[in-house]
Amino acid sequence: MSRDRGSRLLGEGIIKGLAETARNFFGSYVSKQRLTTVQYPEERIPQDESFRNFPFLVYDGSDPEAGLRCVSCQICEKECPPKCIFIEKSKDKKPDAVGKPQFYPTVFDIDVSVCMSCQICVEVCPFEAIKMDVKYDYPTESRFAALLFDKHQLTKSNDYYHQIHPTEASAVDAALAAEREAAATKAAAAAAKAAAAKPAATAGAPGTATASAATSTVTPPSDTTAGEPR
Amino acid sequence: MTTAWAPITEPNATETPSLGQPAPRPAVPVTSDSALAEQYLEISMGPQHPSTHGVFRMNVVLDGERVIQLKPVFGYLHRNHEKIAETESYLGNMPYTDRLDYICSITNNWAYALAVEKLGGIEVPERAEYIRVITGELTRLQNHACLLGFLLQDMGASGTPLMYAFREREKVLDLFESLTGARMMCNYLRFGGCRVDLPAGWLDRAKAFLAEFPRFLDEFERLLVDNEILMERTQNVGVLSRELAVSSAISGPMARASGLNYDIRKADTYSIYSRFSFRVPLGHHGDVYDRYMIRFLEMHESVKILEQAMRDIPAGPIQNPAVKARLFRPKPGEAYGRIESPKGELGFYLISDGSGIPYRYRVRPPSLINLTVLEDLCLGRNVADVIAILGSVDIVMGEVDR
Repeated sequence: MSRDRGSRLLGEGIIKGLAETARNFFGSYVSKQRLTTVQYPEERIPQDESFRNFPFLVYDGSDPEAGLRCVSCQICEKECPPKCIFIEKSKDKKPDAVGKPQFYPTVFDIDVSVCMSCQICVEVCPFEAIKMDVKYDYPTESRFAALLFDKHQLTKSNDYYHQIHPTEASAVDAALAAEREAAATKAAAAAAKAAAAKPAATAGAPGTATASAATSTVTPPSDTTAGEPR
Repeated sequence: MTTAWAPITEPNATETPSLGQPAPRPAVPVTSDSALAEQYLEISMGPQHPSTHGVFRMNVVLDGERVIQLKPVFGYLHRNHEKIAETESYLGNMPYTDRLDYICSITNNWAYALAVEKLGGIEVPERAEYIRVITGELTRLQNHACLLGFLLQDMGASGTPLMYAFREREKVLDLFESLTGARMMCNYLRFGGCRVDLPAGWLDRAKAFLAEFPRFLDEFERLLVDNEILMERTQNVGVLSRELAVSSAISGPMARASGLNYDIRKADTYSIYSRFSFRVPLGHHGDVYDRYMIRFLEMHESVKILEQAMRDIPAGPIQNPAVKARLFRPKPGEAYGRIESPKGELGFYLISDGSGIPYRYRVRPPSLINLTVLEDLCLGRNVADVIAILGSVDIVMGEVDR
């Protein structure tokens, strides 16, 4: 099984290899392509927009409590593969960003030492309430308590979401606006129908409109891709 | 340039190799009260040895420096993958498959998605198939680049080849990051398609990378392929005969380096591989050097596939709208989906009982099965050759132990 080495000089391959190393070494002074490293803590490579790390909760407006999109449906808690989400649903309802009464989470914990950044919670959320953050350095002094993020640490504003994922956030905002508009048209149509059916009982119409608007927003969208960021 | 390497041979599927038997083992008494105890030395390599690619241990019995017995010990990284999978939803298993062979997560996703798609009879849109081929072949490029770097590092070419290989791998990982959001744990494929469409400008970036990549391959080949020291250390070392490769179910580059013409992309034509023209490189000697070279040739062929796929990729949907990711419940039945992963035949066997979680979930990992012939390759060689042989097998312990 001996192989034909050809008529090359002994050591020719080594010299060829060293020439390659030399080309890379001197090339790194002139070519940006050959010098790919950065001095990490001082200098950082800009992050890509689609980078994901740990989940956070989005709120609309300025008040984290009132504007929280999460309605405590607990789908993410069930679907999370390593089961790192813990939610306690509220007993009462409070109005959400558009004024409909909804449940809200009294406790929302994510154990980021267990989270594996798989983004499945984001995909299954029908309310666009949970999104992926891009922060990756969480130095702490304790291994457990500091890595269990509670509701206050998790809630971040929609503006922050726009800042870290601009394309995705705009698409989500557009989808939400379309959904609200559809709900409003449906409610208006229902109201008009109710008004036409019972022209005398005008007092009952606004109540019907609010109820139908509320139900249409709570129903999860049937399209599988609607929960997706893009 | 006259290299010792024989060129790519055309596939010749008519030949069926006869089944071989493993080499007979010498009877080695390994007890302390044996009369030979003073002559033999039993050493434990690993589990924290840097050349073992993770936590892998070999009990090696040595006569001088010659290996006369080698017992692989694995299971240090066992994390109950298959049993956990039988408690999770079909969707929930997808991110766990990333962690099997953590170097190439997208091909793991692909094999699992293929098995579930067979189980549920799911069609995949055209564009999604192209995206799968593109990401899958990029995965092959970075896996092989990685492996060559590790193999050379193990053999003592400290630093330089590994850094060159990782520089290229980094570019693929950047592409993956901007597509999937993660560099290694991509969790990208879904049943009946992919999770997100290619972002704007991604294809151009990938094309630019691909135009540069052959230059790296040439450079990397010039660096060490003709190196006399490398030849001495790898040629005729760890020879795997074609017969033994067949009878031990070896697959992937390792089998092809032994001259076994078996590539699932050709044999099974899953996905849309029948549309691309590429060749299957075959080795002749089945030694470490052939296993080293076959990766270069496979990367050249992958580049060809990528060029064709990036040229032909159509517009259209990326996800079959009939499939719900959540609450996916296939009909009762069983399915085996397999692909040609960069390391060999990666298969997922699923049994459904009609509920939302798999009744049985089984992985056929190429790394583990390719590792079973390690003793046959190492017998009679020196200890230093064991390192080179293990490196050429291309294992990832996440997949071996599961």
